[in-house]
Amino acid sequence: MRVGVLCSTKWGTLDMVAQLTTGERQLAIVVLSLVALLGLAMAAAGRADPIGVHGFIVLAICCGLIFVVLGAYYAPEPSPERLEHYYDDPSKVGIVLTMAWAVVGMFLGVWVASLLAWPDLTFDAAWASFGRLRPAHTSAVIFGFGGNALIATSFHVLQRTSRARLPDQFSPWFVLIGYNLFCVVAATGYFMGVTQSKEYAEPEWYADIWLVVVWVTYFAIYIRTLARRKEPHIYVANWYYMAFILVVAILHIVNNLAVPVSFGHAKSYSVFSGVQDAMVQWWYGHNAVAFFLTAGFLGMMYYYLPKRAGRPIYSYRLSIISFWGITFMYMWAGSHHLLYTALPQWVQTLGMTFSLILLVPSWASAGNALATLNGAWHKVRDDATLRFMMAAAVFYGLTTFEGSFLAIRPVNSLSHYTDWTVGHVHAGALGWVALITFGSIYCIVPWLWKRERMYSARLVEVHFWLAIIGTVIYVFAMWNSGIIQGLMWRTYNENGTLTYSFVESMVAMHPYYIARAFGGLLFLMGAIVGSYNIWMTIRGEAEVAPESADLPEPRLASAPGE
Amino acid sequence: MEVGERDPVTGQLTTGHEWNGIKELYTPVPRVVILFLVLTTLFAVGYWILMPAWPLGRTYTKGLLGVDQKTTVERQVEEATAERALWTKRIDEMDFPAIRADPALMETVREAGATLFKDNCAACHGARGTGGKGFPDLTAAAWLWGGNPETIVETLRVGINSAHDETRVSQMLAFGRDGILSLAQINDVRAYVQSLGGSTEPTVASPEAVSRGKEVFVANCVACHGEDAKGKQDVGAPDLTDANWIYGGDSQSIHTSIYSGHQGQMPSWEQRLSTTQRKILALYVLSLSEKRS
Repeated sequence: MRVGVLCSTKWGTLDMVAQLTTGERQLAIVVLSLVALLGLAMAAAGRADPIGVHGFIVLAICCGLIFVVLGAYYAPEPSPERLEHYYDDPSKVGIVLTMAWAVVGMFLGVWVASLLAWPDLTFDAAWASFGRLRPAHTSAVIFGFGGNALIATSFHVLQRTSRARLPDQFSPWFVLIGYNLFCVVAATGYFMGVTQSKEYAEPEWYADIWLVVVWVTYFAIYIRTLARRKEPHIYVANWYYMAFILVVAILHIVNNLAVPVSFGHAKSYSVFSGVQDAMVQWWYGHNAVAFFLTAGFLGMMYYYLPKRAGRPIYSYRLSIISFWGITFMYMWAGSHHLLYTALPQWVQTLGMTFSLILLVPSWASAGNALATLNGAWHKVRDDATLRFMMAAAVFYGLTTFEGSFLAIRPVNSLSHYTDWTVGHVHAGALGWVALITFGSIYCIVPWLWKRERMYSARLVEVHFWLAIIGTVIYVFAMWNSGIIQGLMWRTYNENGTLTYSFVESMVAMHPYYIARAFGGLLFLMGAIVGSYNIWMTIRGEAEVAPESADLPEPRLASAPGE
Repeated sequence: MEVGERDPVTGQLTTGHEWNGIKELYTPVPRVVILFLVLTTLFAVGYWILMPAWPLGRTYTKGLLGVDQKTTVERQVEEATAERALWTKRIDEMDFPAIRADPALMETVREAGATLFKDNCAACHGARGTGGKGFPDLTAAAWLWGGNPETIVETLRVGINSAHDETRVSQMLAFGRDGILSLAQINDVRAYVQSLGGSTEPTVASPEAVSRGKEVFVANCVACHGEDAKGKQDVGAPDLTDANWIYGGDSQSIHTSIYSGHQGQMPSWEQRLSTTQRKILALYVLSLSEKRS
């Protein structure tokens, strides 16, 4: 049994390589060799520095992948018939990676949450300190889980809504594997203490440059596929996916402009300093939320929700208003992270006012999604997969309302630097991002692996309730904790001195920190149940054309020159 | 454009486009969306007119209300300081006995002192001031440098073994590590110290060892701890006869103290806390030990 599983996954990998043309196999080996050499150079130049360790990691991963490609190098050329079908192998691997990162990232989340409740859990080891584990958690969930989900689903959606095959079979792999290499370098770096100390932009210069290369390739795939589309119009989901890719590239490049100490050192210094640095960082930080965690996942929602519900999008015109409202308004909102700071007040004003207007297109998007379900509410009741997506839209609405509310100056004076912010972020990250991702994955897995349905509908239901209860516990704990904190910090005695010390506010937080860790644990358990269900679905044998998958479409726009 | 079809559920027409089975309705934008878009935009424009908002090259629109966060916070700090001055001025001007004789003022001192203490002192001395291993218990009235308010406020100002120019300096030599005493002598003097009655463990050594230890004590320790071993406040040396131990009063801890010595540190608070705040803290700390006794 065990051997059988191993063999089937092994052959799966080799089958995937055999799908590449000989030219693509050669290209893969050349590119992997070049990156391996780059790793070797890093290892040599950074002998006494963490960058050297990263060099060895890059070298090892590339060498491993070269062996994988060589394993099927002499396999026969793939049949030209493949060009009649969508190319889904990278999406399949991406979905598996998504769930792996979900479990790792959420486990780290439960760990850091427990550290806050029981600070002695660091084992007196530097790598296990809060400051190193916390970015490992945020990067693993945002970039590992969220990013892989976006890449995997975007390839899937792009082909189907363009009725065109991906332009070639090498570059999607380059994007997927290159991106995960970035994630691995980022996460391992944190444990070694490598960080730029910029929230959500912690990876150092060499990882950042690599991500730019990967990201430009990603955008090129999008443009090349859309250029060959057979549908006259570009579907809304693709507007959002493209906005996500394009803007994240801009944000990433600008915020990470830095000068390395040397090519043999991981450390670099930002070209920005002082309040300019803060402003660039939060322009990046807030738009990472906007374009990575919102636009990208709205793209996901716009495909899988109507597909699963079997309903048309409620309003095309509302989609237009929402899209341009969101993309335009978010760009201004970053300075609401710096209210009451040294940032000039006029910049703060612009951040606050645009954040308020932003609520309208945000709710319009959430409303458009929910109204799309009109005529399909009985399915929401019966189908946990669709319910995941419905709940995601509700949480999206709640979180964007809360976001605009927290951007109001006097509200921010209470909420800033408290756990309320943490609660807000997780209402979005758990309630919106993770729920829409799980819903979409439960759609896509049977479609991609040609199974009739998920292995167990019951387990999807279990996952749904674990996720919802976990999120609600988490968010309520942080609301309580944050508001109590904020109030304690601003309570004065009659004589004009502070009533509470900082330590007393920490003591008051303790029960909520335990509740938060428990809520997170439930959410993690849901992700583990989901991973098991997905794994069992993939392992299943039945090769049935699943219901409501792709429309029969004999002539795809195939690769150029074919 | 292709003609759309009518959706039976909503009665709306579709746009006529289709992507892998997904269609879109051509539903008009609901009025409420336009309404809120207008309302929020109007609010934003109004806010821009009233507050600092748009950049104009080297300057920016100041706003009709003339609000500026920097001057606002300066004014608020000034106002709060003026309000607190009602009682802080009295603390500054009055001497310690006078303040302590004023119950209403002492009430304020205890209230303000508690938060100050927890924010600045509790990390070492504990939230209740009871200390811990290596950090003196401030409620025990076992003062290393003296327990009158003037002395305490001076200790707060200069610190102990701190970076301050006038720091209080106190060091117990590493008698064992530096080879001043042999291990046998250390064992003897430890036995003697334990025999003084303060140790948490009674000595099990022979009377001979204790008397040998006394000789070692007289030769090496009395300069700081005094002939009666009750300590000397002018050099910050603790009383060895009472039950208060900074580094532990059991046999092993006393041994370690003699062997490795001590150079405890307390930072100087002159740069960090105002004169008034240090005065409040001195009174508060004193009130902790008085409350206990």
